[in-house]
Amino acid sequence: MWEYTDRVMDHFENPRNVGVVSRIDGEGQVGSLSCGDALRLTIQVDKDRDVIEDAKFQTFGCASAIASSSALTEMIKGKTVDQALNITNQDIADFLGGLPREKMHCSVMGQEALEAAVANYRGLPPRAVQGDVVCHCFGVTEQEIEKVIRANRLTSVEEITQFTKAGGGCGKCLPELEAILDRVLHKKPSNGSGNAEKAPPKMTALKRIKLIEEVISDEIAPALMRDGGDIELVDVDGNEVVVALKGACSSCPASKRTLADFVTDRLRALVDPNIVVRESRS
Amino acid sequence: METIYLDNNATTKVDPEVLEAMLPFFKEEYGNPSSMHLKGGEVAASLRQARLSLAALIGCEPHEIVYTSCGTESDNAAIWSALRTQPDKKHLVTSKVEHSAIINNAAFLRRLGYRVTEVGVDRLGRLDMEELTRSLTPDTALVTILWANNETGVLFPVEEIGALCRERGITFHTDAVQAVGKIPIDLKNLKIDMLALSGHKLHAPKGIGALYVRHGLKFAPFMIGGHQENGRRGGTENVPYIVGLGKAAELALARLPEENGRVRAMRDRLEEGLLRIPSTMVNGDREFRLPNTTNISFEYVEGESILFHLSHAGICASSGSACTSGSLEPSHVLRAMGVPFTAAHGSIRLSLAITNTEAEIDKALGIFPGVIKKLRDLSPFWKDGAPALDNALLTCDTSCQVCN
Ligand SMILES: Cc1ncc(COP(=O)(O)O)c(C=O)c1O
Repeated sequence: MWEYTDRVMDHFENPRNVGVVSRIDGEGQVGSLSCGDALRLTIQVDKDRDVIEDAKFQTFGCASAIASSSALTEMIKGKTVDQALNITNQDIADFLGGLPREKMHCSVMGQEALEAAVANYRGLPPRAVQGDVVCHCFGVTEQEIEKVIRANRLTSVEEITQFTKAGGGCGKCLPELEAILDRVLHKKPSNGSGNAEKAPPKMTALKRIKLIEEVISDEIAPALMRDGGDIELVDVDGNEVVVALKGACSSCPASKRTLADFVTDRLRALVDPNIVVRESRS
Repeated sequence: METIYLDNNATTKVDPEVLEAMLPFFKEEYGNPSSMHLKGGEVAASLRQARLSLAALIGCEPHEIVYTSCGTESDNAAIWSALRTQPDKKHLVTSKVEHSAIINNAAFLRRLGYRVTEVGVDRLGRLDMEELTRSLTPDTALVTILWANNETGVLFPVEEIGALCRERGITFHTDAVQAVGKIPIDLKNLKIDMLALSGHKLHAPKGIGALYVRHGLKFAPFMIGGHQENGRRGGTENVPYIVGLGKAAELALARLPEENGRVRAMRDRLEEGLLRIPSTMVNGDREFRLPNTTNISFEYVEGESILFHLSHAGICASSGSACTSGSLEPSHVLRAMGVPFTAAHGSIRLSLAITNTEAEIDKALGIFPGVIKKLRDLSPFWKDGAPALDNALLTCDTSCQVCN
């Protein structure tokens, strides 16, 4: 049984501001019926003062999704649009006296609905899917994940799943989540953008191959094995590293791209930013 | 507020007669049944009686029963015995809708290099017998198939499966944790090699189980230790709980007609009543099913929310929704059946027992419509008493595997 605070239960049992505002100035929709939670937020704005006069929600989801939606509407009513945009998902959770870690994605959903409603109010196009979709099970993008990691100071892949749901389905994107997390935490450049400040240390060809071998066996292979996959180093030719990807993931083209990205990312970060990974066709 | 407990597949209330039978073994009858003195002797006699009662419930010989600590241990013992006694065989057959006690063993075996076939089910949760038959090979060490599904109550044709396996000399284990005590079981007329059961599903306490091991079947113990249970499970017997399970078995046997009469009638009435709520459906084969279980989806609302409102009104139930499973995806059983996600998220399992009353069913039927309405009034997918699906939130805009 989840440990919900009395405030969560209060907002769940007696949700505030249910429905649709009488004059829709902004509307935000996040989630979906099939994903298990969905929220529609509508706001009515006093345009002269840029103040949110009224906010209402409709939510399909668990108790904490409903409570987070209810809390959000209470928090933004009477605020200027800019003030409202300063509300973080943690603020929503705090307002409710805290949420179980596994349920933090409900607060993130609230915050995203607010952003979407404000964008809509300001006449901006509905937020298109920005950046690459990393988690295909729940449609979570790289950008969303990076943002949530920074805003909530996340330090583990498990937390990313708790906050964004990414990785909570088939689990194939877990290695990529790990790479994103590393990149954000260590402020490493993202895929392919090279690394201008830090020139790669000079290495002999032998040392370099040894290091590539080590990174693959100690870093990359264990991450892949967790999902039933595996990797084998086939050859190293200058900057080109040839690998064979195997196991549970190898039949799925989408995951292959993800895997290759992950391998590239790790090798670039730990060996040389100029490395190119190629998959062997054996 | 009075509690209406409709979650008897999760666990049952210990019967007062069971508790009564157990108490002396926490007090004056504290002997070790292996001891060669009168304190041991009186306890050994009680164990023999308990074993007879359990054997009577499942139609086997007393010496074919091995006591364990729970259903999960029984499943583990069966799987590992089958593999260890046939070390050359590297293939396991099971189904997609097993309890985690089996599923997670299968996943582990896969990592150890075993080949595992998980046979699928159809939309009603019925086992694909053709796929099962095709999957049997000379390399198959074990077929382990659930008897009664804990989420839907759907029964698998263990008689047929047993015959298929016996013809081919393949060991057949069935997880009957949900079946024992709810339907008649007569092992001497079935081709089942091992069968797992658990006390807390039939009004005995948690922490006692048993494994039936057919006479003549090669067996390697899971718990290696003393000579207890004929060397098939080491460890001094959990005497009070074994006695409790014996009493529970005796009661269950006597109550089978009531379970399949009165309990079934209550379940059917509850189900019929709930189906009157719009956009509601039963998950699973209503014909070939446990008498006490129904699994119902209330579309456009989410299971955890339903459970909390029910709980607030005194009703205990469970759900196959993602939010209650602790994972982010709905129940593997409902997914294997191809229940649409929209319905799986709002699935509720109601499981009855002889402890339930007609008045409770009436009360539950009075509570449910209000709970569902309250949540649908909040839902973006519901308007004026009907689904409102002209809505961008229906599916997400990515190539989401959940929707597809
Ligand atoms: C089908 C099935 N198998 C195994 C078990 C595990 O039994 P136990 O809780 O005694 O380990 C359960 C109960 O949760 C069950 O429903």
